[in-house]
Amino acid sequence: MEKFWRRLGRPLLRYGVKIVALLLAVSIVAFLLVCLSPVDPVQQYILGLGSAISPEQRAEIEAYWGVNQPPVERYVHWLGQLLQGNWGESALYRRPVLDIIGERFVNSLALMLCAWVLSGVIGFVLGCLMGMYQGKWPDRLLKKIAYLISSIPTFWLGLVLLLVFAVWLHWFPTGLSAPIGVTQDQVTLGQRLHHLVLPALTLSFVSFANIALHTRQKLIDVLNSEYVLFARARGEGRWTVLRRHGLRNMLLPALTLQFASFAELFGGSVLAENVFSYPGLGSAAAAAGLNADVPLLLGITLFSALFVCVGNTIANLLYGVIDPQIREVAP
Amino acid sequence: MEQKQETLLEIHDLSVSFRMYDAGLEQKDLQVISDLHLRIRPGEIVAVAGSSGSGKSLLASAILGILPANATVRGHVHYRGKELTPEMQRELRGKEIALVPQSVAYLDPLMRVGKQVDGHRRPKPTEKRRSLFRRLELPERTETLYPFQLSGGMARRVLVSTALLTEASLVIADEPTPGMSLDQALEALRMFREMADAGKSVLLITHDIDLAFEFADRVAVFYAGTTVEIAPVEDFRTGPQALRHPYSQALWRALPQNGFTPIDGFQPYAGSLPRGCLFAPRCPYATDRCRAEIPPVREVRGGEVRCFHGA
Repeated sequence: MEKFWRRLGRPLLRYGVKIVALLLAVSIVAFLLVCLSPVDPVQQYILGLGSAISPEQRAEIEAYWGVNQPPVERYVHWLGQLLQGNWGESALYRRPVLDIIGERFVNSLALMLCAWVLSGVIGFVLGCLMGMYQGKWPDRLLKKIAYLISSIPTFWLGLVLLLVFAVWLHWFPTGLSAPIGVTQDQVTLGQRLHHLVLPALTLSFVSFANIALHTRQKLIDVLNSEYVLFARARGEGRWTVLRRHGLRNMLLPALTLQFASFAELFGGSVLAENVFSYPGLGSAAAAAGLNADVPLLLGITLFSALFVCVGNTIANLLYGVIDPQIREVAP
Repeated sequence: MEQKQETLLEIHDLSVSFRMYDAGLEQKDLQVISDLHLRIRPGEIVAVAGSSGSGKSLLASAILGILPANATVRGHVHYRGKELTPEMQRELRGKEIALVPQSVAYLDPLMRVGKQVDGHRRPKPTEKRRSLFRRLELPERTETLYPFQLSGGMARRVLVSTALLTEASLVIADEPTPGMSLDQALEALRMFREMADAGKSVLLITHDIDLAFEFADRVAVFYAGTTVEIAPVEDFRTGPQALRHPYSQALWRALPQNGFTPIDGFQPYAGSLPRGCLFAPRCPYATDRCRAEIPPVREVRGGEVRCFHGA
C-alpha cells in the first residue's frame, strides 16, 4: 500500500501542477475576454437594483472589479479575491457565486453521474455485441443506429423525448428537479429520480454511441490478436474468449474514454438542462451568459475547467494503476 | 518398419483459399495451400520446411480449425482414421491437439502467466502446472508475472508448458526457434524431441532447416502451399543426390554450409500460381508436360515426391 502511494504521489503532484497552470491560463483568457467585451460588470450589477444602491455598496463593487485601474492590476486584484474565496456576487441571483455553484453542482452531479453510468454501461454492452457479431446483421443494424444517434443534436433529442414521454404519455414530468409547490425538505428521493430520468437519458445519448463504436473497434482488434488465436487453439469458445481476454483488454481503454468524456458531459448538460429546465450548473451557465452575469460566468468557467481537468487526470492515473505493463515496472 | 505403424494425422489434397476483395468490389479467391499432403505417425517429429509464404503457419490453423472466417478449406484431414470435421476440431483443440506458438505475443498481455497457462478448463490444473513449472526449472514466482516480464528462455518454456499440460497426442510447434540463440533453439528442440520420445507426435513448422535436420524424423518440404517432397531426415544429411525433388535439392544447396547457392526466380504469389507444377518456372529440368499438368505424388525410395522426374 505504501508502495502504491509512493508510485501515485509523483504523477499526482505532476498533474496537480499542470492543473493549476491550466486554471491560471483559463482565468487569464476569461478575464481578458470580459475586459474586451462591452459588458461592464459594475453597470450590470447596478442595473438590476435600480436606484436602491447606496454609494458605499457601489464603491465596494467598484473596488472588487478594480475600476479605473490598468487591466493587469485589475486581474491580479480579482485573482487575489478569488484565492481568498471571494468569487463575487451574482447579478442575476443576488447571492455569492460560490454558493450558487455549490448548490447547482450537486444537482448537475446527480444528473451527470446517472448519464455517465448509463452511457458507459449501455455503450460498453452494445460495443461488445457489435464486436462479437462483426459484419453480421446485429452489428450492421447497431452500427447504423450508433451513427444516427451520434449525429442527432442533444437538444433536439431532448425535445423529442420531452414530447413523447412527458407531454403525450405523461410518464415523466416535463421539467425541473422536483414537483412544484413542494418545499425542499419534503421532496422524496423517488420524486428526484423521477425528474432525473429524461434529462439523464438525453445526456447519456451524447456519448454512448461514441463509446459503443470505440468498444466495438477495440474488441475487433483484440479478437484479431495473436493471443486470441492461441486461446482459440487451446479450445476456448467465442464467449470464453470475450470473458477471459476481451473484457480484460477492453477495460482500460473503455475506462480512459469514460473519464475523458467529462468535457462532453459538461457541454451536453448545458443543453439538456435547458431543455428540461433542470436547475443545474449547465442551465446556470446559460442563464449567466444570456444575462451578462459576469461573476457567475467567470466562476462557472473556472469550475468547469477544473471539473474536466479532474476527469482527464483520473483517466491518466488509472493507466498507472490498472495496466500491469506500466504498474509493475515502476520503481 | 515405420510403414507398419498406424497413422495419427493424415492430410491429402488439402487446399485453403481466402476470399479477398480485388480492385473495386470484385471478389477473388486466393489459393494459399494447394493439394497439400502430409502424414504423421505416433512418436515422430515431422519437420515442415519451406520459405516464408509457403503456407506453413496456415497449415497449423487449418488442422486446428481456427482459420479466419473468409477462408475456404477443401480436401481431407483424418485424425486417428476419422475425418476431422469442424465439430471434432472444436472438441480436440487444446485437448488432443495442442499448439505451441512462436512468441510471447501469443499470450494475453494483461493476464498473469499462472492463470493463463491453467487455461479456461475446470477443474483448474494448478497443481499439475506447478509441478510442470518445477520440471521446466521455472522459478516459483513465474506464475505471478505478466508475459512482458518473462525473459526469452522463460517465455519459451511457458509456451511449451501449455502443450505439456494437455494430454495431447499431436503437438504443433509453429516456428518455435526464430530470434533465439543457438543454445536456446537447441534447448527448445530438445523439449520437442522429449515429447516425441514420450509417444507424442510433433509437427515442427520451421525455417531453421538445419536445426530441424538434427531433431526431426522426417522432413516435409513446402513450396508455394504444397508438399513437394517428404523424405527421411537421413536423406537431407546425405545431400542432394539422396533427395527427390529439384526444389529440395536447391534448398539444400542454398544452406550456408552447403555452398550458399541461390536459384533464380521467386516463389509464385498465391494470386498467380502457374498452371502445371508449381516449381516448373524455376526448375532446370522442367519440360512441356511440367508446365501443362500438376504432377501426382509418387513414392520414390522410401519418400514421397510431387515431380514427374524425381527418382
